[in-house]
Amino acid sequence: MAEKSENTINLSVEFSGGMELLMKDKMRKTQIDLPVSSQQQPTTTVRDLIIYIRDNVVAEKKELFSKDDTVCPGILVIINEIDWEVEDGIDTVLNNNDNVLFISTLHGG
Amino acid sequence: MPRKCEICHDARAILRRPKTGQRICNECFYYVFETEIHNTIVESKLFRRGDRVGIGASGGKDSTVLAYVMKTLNERHDYGLELYLLSVDEGISGYRDDSLETVKRNKEQYGLPLLIVSYEQLYGWSMDAIVETVGRKNNCTFCGVFRRQALDRGALMLDLDHIVTGHNADDVAETILMNLFRGDIPRLSRCTEITTAGDGYIARSKPFKYAYEKEIVMYAYLRRLDYFSTECTYSPNAYRGYAREFLKDLEFVRPSAILDIIHSGEAMRVASDVQLPTLTQCEKCGYISSNALCKACVLLEGLERGLPKLGIAKSARHAQEILASEPTVHNVGKAVEPVHFERLREKAQAMRDRRLKHAGASPCSSAACGGERKACACIPDSTA
Repeated sequence: MAEKSENTINLSVEFSGGMELLMKDKMRKTQIDLPVSSQQQPTTTVRDLIIYIRDNVVAEKKELFSKDDTVCPGILVIINEIDWEVEDGIDTVLNNNDNVLFISTLHGG
Repeated sequence: MPRKCEICHDARAILRRPKTGQRICNECFYYVFETEIHNTIVESKLFRRGDRVGIGASGGKDSTVLAYVMKTLNERHDYGLELYLLSVDEGISGYRDDSLETVKRNKEQYGLPLLIVSYEQLYGWSMDAIVETVGRKNNCTFCGVFRRQALDRGALMLDLDHIVTGHNADDVAETILMNLFRGDIPRLSRCTEITTAGDGYIARSKPFKYAYEKEIVMYAYLRRLDYFSTECTYSPNAYRGYAREFLKDLEFVRPSAILDIIHSGEAMRVASDVQLPTLTQCEKCGYISSNALCKACVLLEGLERGLPKLGIAKSARHAQEILASEPTVHNVGKAVEPVHFERLREKAQAMRDRRLKHAGASPCSSAACGGERKACACIPDSTA
């Protein structure tokens, strides 16, 4: 378990369904230290993570990962084994040691 | 604050259904997903007891889940079906060879017999060879035409009664949009049918017609099903991509759009003054065709003669004239003579006769089953 530092939360992030091919080193799994917002409340949300990934982890074709600060339609986001749409979608709050999985559905069956 | 499942009010909700907006737990999700497929099968009367059914298996998410669900429902509700996996190897290196490995694993995991047919074996041309000759723009046309015929050939080789494919609600809605955009009225009139059959060809159905792609992916994820997921190497230029993107944007705004588009498609009727093509048999190979030569034979002829545009889009109308007028300029010599469909049907009939004889069956007298079955009954309605 990673320690929570003052300014970041540690998240384990996974990519599948072809999503991994867009990432640096075609990675399927990685640990991310996400900078926390500087205010008192823990307002780090999935939106912050998506922007972070778009800017730091996606190696090519960013437009296939993210559109308008959210993931492209057709990409499922699962937080601690729960569909983000059960929670608050892009505004779902993330906590230290959370697991976030991005699955792309945009390929042949 | 963990939300409780809206169906059982007991376990924690882990998925929100696009169809209904309900937040439900995994056990309830398995139940509703599987029950809806079962209902689709029963209400549409897709199968009869004893049917030999081929599952079009690519190793991808839809066909893997389809194989799993068909096997589960067949056992749970005693459909009495004999299930097979049927796979097509188009000869796309780096894509299809990997996904076929997944199908071979599925064969072991689900305990289902598998037949793989390849373009190379059937036609003498792999997709890699075709793309080298034709380029990257119209190659999807070749692949689609050959795959459709290859599945029918495979089905006859196994003497199947029915083929099922994993096309889901998103696929069907995309197809409706594509056909609308391209003014393809014949296809538009057929694409919402859950079963396409007739003219002596093997019935082909889509049990996932009303199942959302998101749910299929979640089902595979939660059940830990093994599937292969990469874009076809040659697909980035496929026209379908535009329809897909548009549909995904529509779904984002209003999730029920997908089923609503299907509903609209089902309600549409072709105006009586629109001329639809009459179906006949290909002069060369005996396959179903709207022209003297079926599309696959026209395309093959084009590849052989170094006329790769033959049969593509607008030039399709003039295919017959071009074939008649052009001398054999450039004979590549790759193509194999595809087995004539009459021959395939004869072999399938012989297999059937041997099987029935072996089982000591006497032909059923019911008009509905054509005297070929041991028993004849639709899958009975069952309340799950």
